[in-house]
Amino acid sequence: MKKLVELLVIIICFLLQSTIFHSISFAGIVPNLMVVITSIFGFMEGRNDGMFVGFISGLLIDIFYGSVLGWNALIFLLLGYVNGIANRVFYPDDIKFPLLFISLTDVAYLFITYVTGFLFRARFNVSYYLGHIILPELVYTIIVSVLVYLPLLRIFMLIDGRFEETE
Amino acid sequence: MARVKVKRRGVKIPPGYLLLILTVVSVLLMIMTFTTDIVPTIFNGIAGYTFMPFKKGLSGISVYANQRADDFKQIRDVISENKALKEQIDELTEQNDMLVENRFELIELRGLLDLDSEYEEYEKIGARVTGKDPGNWYSVFIIDKGEEDGIKEGMNVLAGSGLVGLVTKTGPNWAQVRSIIDDQSNVSARMLNTSDNLIVYGNLEAMKEGTIEFGQLSDSDDEVAVGDKIVTSNISDRYLPGIAIGYINTIEKDPNNLTKSGTLTPVVDFEHIDVVLVITQMKEENSLE
Repeated sequence: MKKLVELLVIIICFLLQSTIFHSISFAGIVPNLMVVITSIFGFMEGRNDGMFVGFISGLLIDIFYGSVLGWNALIFLLLGYVNGIANRVFYPDDIKFPLLFISLTDVAYLFITYVTGFLFRARFNVSYYLGHIILPELVYTIIVSVLVYLPLLRIFMLIDGRFEETE
Repeated sequence: MARVKVKRRGVKIPPGYLLLILTVVSVLLMIMTFTTDIVPTIFNGIAGYTFMPFKKGLSGISVYANQRADDFKQIRDVISENKALKEQIDELTEQNDMLVENRFELIELRGLLDLDSEYEEYEKIGARVTGKDPGNWYSVFIIDKGEEDGIKEGMNVLAGSGLVGLVTKTGPNWAQVRSIIDDQSNVSARMLNTSDNLIVYGNLEAMKEGTIEFGQLSDSDDEVAVGDKIVTSNISDRYLPGIAIGYINTIEKDPNNLTKSGTLTPVVDFEHIDVVLVITQMKEENSLE
């Protein structure tokens, strides 16, 4: 049941990300919803769910937009796992913590992509990429994650039956 | 208050093992991409049939939204443009008559020379763009035609009259296109007027400015100038010859004093590609092996 809902969330986010998000892009930059949900499911539901969501998200990106199958799946898998470790110190009431973790995850993802996809091909202009891609995407992603986090939190509290304990 | 343990059905896999298993799966998938075609083909098929219907619908909505937004912006420009265009029509009608005459002459002469005008005779398939790269690093997009429509890896993709890119992956009902402005793209090109060869490099920095980089232009006679047209070269092994790429925007001598490099303005508006044409004829059938 929970896995099905998670799968549904991944599919919806992936479709939005590759279609409608490009028309709300700001200065050509789109927020990265796939990183957001991987991170959220990681710290909200634990390592297994984080890995599951990350792996499927990454795989979808690989199939449609990647050149090597499994590469993004691996990165997202690791991101999901690391976020899952943070599940131990996660409290649903605090919004600062999720935002911090989503930001760190996005930075990690952007950094890995830059190093493997650009730095290795002798694109050394780090400050350009930092100013024109990494920072704008980070800011935009944080804004979007606020909108995504709260509804997801409510839905999954219902599914997990955790409402009683927090009240 | 104590945390309520939620009872789960079935066996729970320890996270460490799951991490290991999925990592191995990822690595295996990567290896398989380089060695076999079977597994990626299966994935492409499953994903294609599940996602393409939704993607088509959603991209329709986003195209519609974009167009409405543009409409407002454009109305003012259109009025003033209309006036100028009417004047141009008169001018062009006159020119057209002249050109039609020239064309007949051309056909006649071509017949004599037994040349076929290649560019016009390429067979093309129209396709709609249904999704764009989810990140901000690459310029890759998905079209709604695939193997079932006769599209193969390595085919050239046009929009309007300019080169957009290359088909890099195919599914049964979708195909992936890597555009020439993508950071990983290289196109072997040629100056239309002087026939000098050059290379057009996709570059993320230039891409954000709306231009493309080029280099290795050996123009010893200093004949190439800003505004000159660049087309695909006939020595390229992936691109068909004579497809328009763009016009030179800036040009300067390289430190080695032998070659020149600079930026060019593409013919195609890469920000707003909705419909593309795929040329079903390929440069070399064996270049893919």
